[in-house]
Amino acid sequence: MSVNEEFRPKIVAFCCNWCSYAGADLAGSSRLAYPADVKIIRVPCSCRVNPMFILRAFEKGADGVILCGCHPGDCHYSTGNYYTRRRMTMLFSMLDFIGVENGRTRVEWVSAAEGVKFSTTMNDFVAKIRSLGKNVRLGDLRCKD
Amino acid sequence: MQRIGVFVCHCGSNIAATVDVKKVVEMARMEPGVVFADDYQYMCSEAGQAKIGAAIKEHNLTGIVVCSCSPRMHETTFRSCAKRYGLNPYMVEIANIREHCSWIHKDMQEATEKAVILARAAIAKVNLNAPLQAGESRVTKRALVIGGGIAGIQTALDIADAGYEVDIVEKTPSIGGRMSQLDKTFPTLDCSACILTPKMVDAAGHEKIKIYTYSEVEKVSGFVGDFTVDIRKKARSVDATKCTGCGVCQEKCPSKKTPSEFNRGLGNRSAIYTPFAQAIPNVPVIDREACIKFKTGKCGVCEKVCQAGAIDYAQQDEIITEKYGAIVVATGFDTIKLDKYDEYAYNQSKDVITSLELERVMNAAGPTKGHLERLSDGKAPKEIVFIQCVGSRCADARGKGYCSKICCMYTAKHAMLIRDKYPDVNVTVFYIDVRTPGKNFDEFYRRAVEEYGVNYIKGQVGKVAPQPDGSLLVQAADLLDNRQIKMKADMVVLATAIEPDPSVRGIATMLTASIDTNNFLTEAHPKLRPVESPTAGVFLSGVCQGPKDIPETVAQAGAAAVKVIGLLAKDKLTTNPCTAKPDELLCNGCGNCAKVCPYGAITYEVRQINDHGIREERRLATVNNALCQGCGACTVTCPSGAMDLQGFSNRQLIAEVDAICR
Repeated sequence: MSVNEEFRPKIVAFCCNWCSYAGADLAGSSRLAYPADVKIIRVPCSCRVNPMFILRAFEKGADGVILCGCHPGDCHYSTGNYYTRRRMTMLFSMLDFIGVENGRTRVEWVSAAEGVKFSTTMNDFVAKIRSLGKNVRLGDLRCKD
Repeated sequence: MQRIGVFVCHCGSNIAATVDVKKVVEMARMEPGVVFADDYQYMCSEAGQAKIGAAIKEHNLTGIVVCSCSPRMHETTFRSCAKRYGLNPYMVEIANIREHCSWIHKDMQEATEKAVILARAAIAKVNLNAPLQAGESRVTKRALVIGGGIAGIQTALDIADAGYEVDIVEKTPSIGGRMSQLDKTFPTLDCSACILTPKMVDAAGHEKIKIYTYSEVEKVSGFVGDFTVDIRKKARSVDATKCTGCGVCQEKCPSKKTPSEFNRGLGNRSAIYTPFAQAIPNVPVIDREACIKFKTGKCGVCEKVCQAGAIDYAQQDEIITEKYGAIVVATGFDTIKLDKYDEYAYNQSKDVITSLELERVMNAAGPTKGHLERLSDGKAPKEIVFIQCVGSRCADARGKGYCSKICCMYTAKHAMLIRDKYPDVNVTVFYIDVRTPGKNFDEFYRRAVEEYGVNYIKGQVGKVAPQPDGSLLVQAADLLDNRQIKMKADMVVLATAIEPDPSVRGIATMLTASIDTNNFLTEAHPKLRPVESPTAGVFLSGVCQGPKDIPETVAQAGAAAVKVIGLLAKDKLTTNPCTAKPDELLCNGCGNCAKVCPYGAITYEVRQINDHGIREERRLATVNNALCQGCGACTVTCPSGAMDLQGFSNRQLIAEVDAICR
């Protein structure tokens, strides 16, 4: 698929307070640019992200969702990111099954010192979403009349 | 319905140059719940905070959104501001439109659109905020210092002098650290031992300081004010209460072929040993790997010669569990391994040594008794070459990208000392840049050049080749004269890059303190909170945070001590009220949440509840707010959705998602 330059995707990034949010702050103070399509939501730990939040984002028209946490072993709460890893593996394969391609979802470990990694990750993710194009909005069958 | 005020900060031009703040204000006014919106040059300033305060009073605000820098920067500022003007501090949300917007985007329209959306998400969130009350937790008035070098010793002394108990845990058999290995110190040429040993003695004799040497931290649990730490006290095989430190055992020990760690492998030590003569405690350790008794069962000489009967071959490792209010990491550094630097022939020639090894050679208590001699043949060198930046400021993966900071100065010191003691020895230094920022540092370096005639050449050494006659051929480039140099040297000294002690990785993991790509511990804020780790109650002292010399280390140690004292001086700490809270009507007591809780904060109890008029007893999850740290793992694992996290509730986060995707 050709890259669509006009298409401005909606991208939700969940970042844990201790590593990735701080990494995003460092990317900011180091002026490491990434597209404005990425909007960050701060969570205490990546394990706070309920799969329902991600489904909700796709239901509301998000084109990609990325979840960033501390590197395995470095979680501020010791074990949170291990739960994230397992939960998201299951969720993403299920999403792929219902038509939200794997490229639209991602888990990435970014430490507080990795401003560069944050920026390159976001650039890469946005490029991927742009190449995938607009997402098919998920419907919530519970609310259908 | 909330009455929300939105305050958009210009941050001088930091935000206003890229984001149209007036537009953000205008758009915010249209969001549900917003009754007031305004912008100001510097919201965090006194005048800016007064503006927020006036608006809270005038418009009866129940919640506020500040569109400014990162909440990691000023969330506390604006929370206290809200509190001062009578608003619950947890009714404040920050939209990060600086780090996450104005600083990374160039296009004004794009940045403004994003800022509007970020503000919208924060407004949507604050609409669902509820006032929270911070709880209290107790403070154990004792500190733990990990590492017994100059950083750890100074931190411990400063804390203890303020009247608090401190324990030092040191993994080697003695405190003293790297500084005890040094001969002289720059820029005063003080004798290192003369200024360090009194501090070691002070620490050992201080009634508030307990020192665990030959010990390691094994497990850390708990949180600020209330850490529980397991310390493994390794078996010394010597009873410290009986040993008199006479040293006869070391003299008589027949196993004397183990390279001495203290002398950087340049000399040998016995199997039963104290690292150096002034060791504290002056109680030897049996190295069980080297001891004949432990290897073959025969020997036992030390036991026979010990008048005090202190030798105890059956001694076991001991686990000591202690409680601490604060923990200071002072794990220090080591020099990098030179395996990848074959061009300097470090592994091929005994006459190529590191600067730390030269310290031992120059030291009267060192392997050569302080005589400058070649380690291969014991001859006095006539020509010595120093090579700077070995592994420092290195662009490739072999070395470190950073400047090790201390090498320029200690090389000037070495060069000066050699020229002073042996005026007939020629000293040449190859450098990339000479960096001497520090009090009296440049003067010191200039003395080396002008007064002592040290030959400084700007250029890198490409190769050191051992010659058949025992000399070393140094090939280098002179960048200022633009010529190639080939010179013979009798000794080559490598200013080897320093790196954090490898033990810091495991310690950082135990403390959940973050670490950078070079294994240096990360500060809570690089400028404003340089001695605190982002993990509350964990502080940083010395080179574990970044390369630094002794004066800087001592200064930082004092700063870390002040932060610890400030913490221990409190009787109670306010706890984070953003804790998990179960909805008792939804909870079915399944037990999943307790399984994922890393703090053991969740228990189950049978309680009487009123479920829409039906009174019955149910097994319900109960959260201990003093233990809960608010990670949220339980909220996601709860199958009935009963568990929620205050301050980051399901509804709040979904509102943010909706606002962003709208």
